[in-house]
Amino acid sequence: MRPIARDDTSIMGRWWWTVDHWTLCSFALLTAFGLVLTVAASPPVAERIGLDPLHFVRNQAILIGPALAMMISVSLLDPRSIRRVGAIAFAGVIVLLGLTLLIGPEIKGATRWLSIAGFSLQPSEFVKPTFAIVAAWMFSARRLGEDVPGYLISGILYLLVMGLLLAQPDVGQAIVVSAIWFTQWFLAGLSIAWVAVLGTAGVAAMVGAYFFFPHVASRIDRFLDPASGDSYQIDRAMEAFLNGGLLGRGAGEGVAKAYLPDAHADFIFAVAGEEFGLVACFLIIALFVFIILRSLFRVLEANDLFIMLAATGLVVQFALQAIINMASTVNLMPTKGMTLPFISYGGSSLLALGFGMGMLLALTRSRPGGHT
Amino acid sequence: MIFSRRKLMSKKRRGRQRAASKPCAAFTDKRMEHVVEVSHTRILFAGAMLMLAFGAISVRLIDIALLQEATEPRVAHSTRVEAMRMDRADIVDRNGVLLATNLNTASLYANPRKILDPNEAARQLITALPELREAEIQRLLKTDRAFVWLRRNLTPRQQQSVNALGIPGLYFQSAETRVYPNGPLAAHILGFADIDNRGIAGIERSFDTSLRENSEPLRLTIDTRVQHALQDELLKAKVEFNAIGATGIIMDVNNGEILAMASLPDYDPNYAGQALPDQRFNRATLGVYELGSTFKIFTAAMALDYGVVKMSGGYDATEPIRVSRFLIRDYHAKKRWLSVPEIFMYSSNIGAAKMAQDVGTEAQQEFFGQLGMLHPARVELPEVGAPIIPTPWRPVSTMTISYGHGMAVSPLQLVSGVSAMVNGGLVHRATLIRSPSTEPRAAKRIISARTSLEVRRLMRLVVETGTGKNAAAEGYVVGGKTGTADKPANGGYRRRSLISSFIGAFPMQAPRYVVLALLDEPQGNKATHGYATGGWVAAPIVKRVVARVAPLLGVRPVDETAPELHQVLDINLNREGRQLASY
Repeated sequence: MRPIARDDTSIMGRWWWTVDHWTLCSFALLTAFGLVLTVAASPPVAERIGLDPLHFVRNQAILIGPALAMMISVSLLDPRSIRRVGAIAFAGVIVLLGLTLLIGPEIKGATRWLSIAGFSLQPSEFVKPTFAIVAAWMFSARRLGEDVPGYLISGILYLLVMGLLLAQPDVGQAIVVSAIWFTQWFLAGLSIAWVAVLGTAGVAAMVGAYFFFPHVASRIDRFLDPASGDSYQIDRAMEAFLNGGLLGRGAGEGVAKAYLPDAHADFIFAVAGEEFGLVACFLIIALFVFIILRSLFRVLEANDLFIMLAATGLVVQFALQAIINMASTVNLMPTKGMTLPFISYGGSSLLALGFGMGMLLALTRSRPGGHT
Repeated sequence: MIFSRRKLMSKKRRGRQRAASKPCAAFTDKRMEHVVEVSHTRILFAGAMLMLAFGAISVRLIDIALLQEATEPRVAHSTRVEAMRMDRADIVDRNGVLLATNLNTASLYANPRKILDPNEAARQLITALPELREAEIQRLLKTDRAFVWLRRNLTPRQQQSVNALGIPGLYFQSAETRVYPNGPLAAHILGFADIDNRGIAGIERSFDTSLRENSEPLRLTIDTRVQHALQDELLKAKVEFNAIGATGIIMDVNNGEILAMASLPDYDPNYAGQALPDQRFNRATLGVYELGSTFKIFTAAMALDYGVVKMSGGYDATEPIRVSRFLIRDYHAKKRWLSVPEIFMYSSNIGAAKMAQDVGTEAQQEFFGQLGMLHPARVELPEVGAPIIPTPWRPVSTMTISYGHGMAVSPLQLVSGVSAMVNGGLVHRATLIRSPSTEPRAAKRIISARTSLEVRRLMRLVVETGTGKNAAAEGYVVGGKTGTADKPANGGYRRRSLISSFIGAFPMQAPRYVVLALLDEPQGNKATHGYATGGWVAAPIVKRVVARVAPLLGVRPVDETAPELHQVLDINLNREGRQLASY
C-alpha cells in the first residue's frame, strides 16, 4: 500500500509526487551525517570553553526539526510564491543586516550577530538565498522584455548587500553573494567580453580586499608562506587527514578535535577525515556532487528563465559554501570562515540552508508541460 | 495515471500561464528559444566548473591522507620556534662588564583539573614554599581551568622541595629570568624586563627587539667603575643634605658618550615591581628643571661668539632691572659696573640679562635650537622629558633664560650643551651605545674654538676664585659653574626649595669630561653654615667624583701652579697685565 495515492490532489499529495525524492533524501542524509560528526567533534570544543560536553549536539539536534520543517514547507510553494516570499524575506534580511551594524555586538573584530529573543542570529546567512531569488527575478524579467530596469535594480541591490557585508566585515559571504550574482548574470546571457571584464574586476576586488582588510591579508600571507605566521589550525587539520588515512581511526578516536578551535564548525571536515577516513570524506563529497548535478539537470528540464536563474543561484551558493569550506580545510586556499552545508554546527546556517534548499526543491519540482 | 495527473495540473496552470506570458508577447518564440538555449549551455558550463573544484578537492584529499610522508618533521617545523626562544642578549658596559644577563629557572604551575584534593595539595605546598598564601593557592587549585601559575622563578632548592612532595597535577615550566648582577647600579639606564622577559623600561625597552634577536651582547658607553663612584658620591650627598633626590652625569666631551648617569632615589631592577614611581623616575633624562645660573655659560658663550661684548667689556649692575612684573636682581649684589668675567664669577643676573638683551631673542632661540634644547634629548632611552620653553618667547623670557629661569631642560641636555661649550665648539649627540667603529662621530659646530677657550677660562675662574671653589679637585684643573634655582610652585617660586647643581669639566686646559651633580631640595647644615646653594652642596660632589674617577679614566694630575697652565687659562683684563685670577 502506498501511503499517498498517485491521484491524491491535496497540497501534500501533489508535492510528494512532484518533488525530487533523491535530492530530498540526500539533504536528509547530509543532515544526519552532520549530527553524527557534531557528536564526534563538538564535545572537546564545548569542554574547552567551559560548556556542557553535549551543549553543541543538543543545540544542533533541536534545530534540525525546524530546519527540515522549513525546507519542506517552503518546497510546497509554487514558483510565483517563491518569488514573493523570497523578495519579502530579502527586504527583511536587509533590515536585519542594517540592525546588525547598528546594535550587533563585536565578536573577534566583526559585527555579524544579532540577538533576538535569546537566540543569536547571523543575518548574512539568510541574505544569500533571498538575494539569489530577487536577483533572478530581476534578471529574468528584463531578459524576457518586461518593462523593468531589472539589471540596474539587481546591480543596485548587489552593491547594497556588498556594502552591508563588507561593513561587518564578512568577506567570505561577500564572495559567495558575488559568485551568485555573477553566475546569474552569466546565465542571463552576459556577453563574453563582459564576462572577461567582470572576471578581472573580481580578481581586482580580491586583491583590494587583501590590502584593505588586515585579517584577509594575514590569512593569505599565511597561506602563501606558512612560515610567515601562525598556521596552527591548518597544520592540525593536515595531521588529522594524515592520521585518518583511508578508513579513519574510528569513531571518537580522533585527536585533532582537541586542538582545533573550530573543530565543530569550520574544520568539521578534518574531524570526519580523521575519525572516519577518506571513505567518509568521499561519501560527503559524493552527496554534494549528487545534489548539485541532480538539481542542475532538473533545472535544464524547466524552460522558465526565472526558475533557471534562481535555482542555479541557489545551487551555486550551496556548492560554493561546500567548496570553500573543504578547500580551506585541505589547504587548497586561505582559510575562510564558511560552514559546510548541513554538516557544520551553526543554527543560523542550518535554518538559512533549510530555507534556501526548500526554495531549490520547490523550483525543481517536476512541472509536466512545464513551459510557462 | 500520468495522464490524469497532467490533466489535473493543467487546469490550474493555464490561468497562470496567461498571466506570465503576457509580458512576453513582444517576444518572438525564436528569441525566447535562443535565451533558454544560451542559459542551458551556460548552466552546463557552470556545473562543469563546480565539478572541477570538487575534483581538485578529492585529489588533494588523496594526496594529504595517503601520499604524504610520516608527520614527525612536519610537526617539528610547525612549532613556533621564535616564540619559544627565550635567550635575551646580555648588556655589558664599555669594558665588557656584565650589566644584565639571563638565568635559567623553573616556574611552578598546576592543572587544577588533575589535582585530586586541592585543600591537601595547598596545605602541602606551603610547607615547601612558605611565602605562598594557603587560601590563595586553594582558590587557584579549585578553579575549573587547565593551567594556573602558582609561583614563577623558583630556585633549584625550591624546585627540589616541591618535587619531593609528589603532588600530581603540578608541573614546572623552565624559563629564563632577567638578572641584573649589580643591583641598583645604572638601574635607570638599563631599565628592566618583565616576568616574560619583555623590556619595560630603559635600554631593555628601547632595544627590546634587537636584544631578543641578537645573541651578541649590547655594549653600552657606561663605565661600571665610574658609574659606581658617581652613584656613591651622590648618595652620600643626598643623605648629608637630606635632599629628596639627586642626579649626576659624566660625559665624554669629545664624542657625547655617557660614562655614568645616575638618578636617586633608585631601585633594584631585579625587583622592579616593588619600586615606587619616584624611584623609577629618571631625573637625569625624564625630569626637566629650571637649572639656574649654569645657563650663564651659554649666555656668555653666545654673547662672546656673536661679538656683542668682548671679554674686557662689561655691564652696569648697579640697579636691579624691572621688566613688567619681574624684578631681576643679584644674589651677591656688587652695585657697580661689572666686567664679563666678574659677571660670570659673581653670577650676576643683571649682567647676564643685559648680555642676553644685546644678543637678542632670535639669536638666543637659534642658539638653544642648535644645542638641541628646544626638543626632547635624542638619547637611546624611552624615558625622555620634553623641555618646557616659553611660548611666546618674549623679551623678558630672553632675559630670565639668560640666568636659567623660565625654561626647563633635562640635566642630560645641560651636560650635552656644556660639552659643546668646552670641547672647542662642537655639538655631539648624547649616546649610551658604544659604537664599534673608531671613526669620530658626526658633530656640528656651534661656537668658534676661540670662544670655547674663553668659556673655559671663565669656568676655570669660577673654581679658582669664584662660587665654585669647593669643586677644586687638586691637580685635575676643574672648571665649572654653580647653579641654584628656586623650584617653581603654583605660578611662583618657593624660596626654600632649591635645585642646587654644579656643572664642571676637567682638565680645563684640554677638557675630556663634563661632570654634573644636582641635588633636589637639599637642606643646608652646620658645615655649610645653613647654605644649600650649588657652590656649597653640589660642588663638593664634583670635586670628590673627579678625584675618584680621573685616575680610572687615565687623566693625569698636573701642577696647577705651573706657569704654562696659567698662560692658557688666565684672563688678561687690561694691558697693564692685571690678572683677574689674582682677585
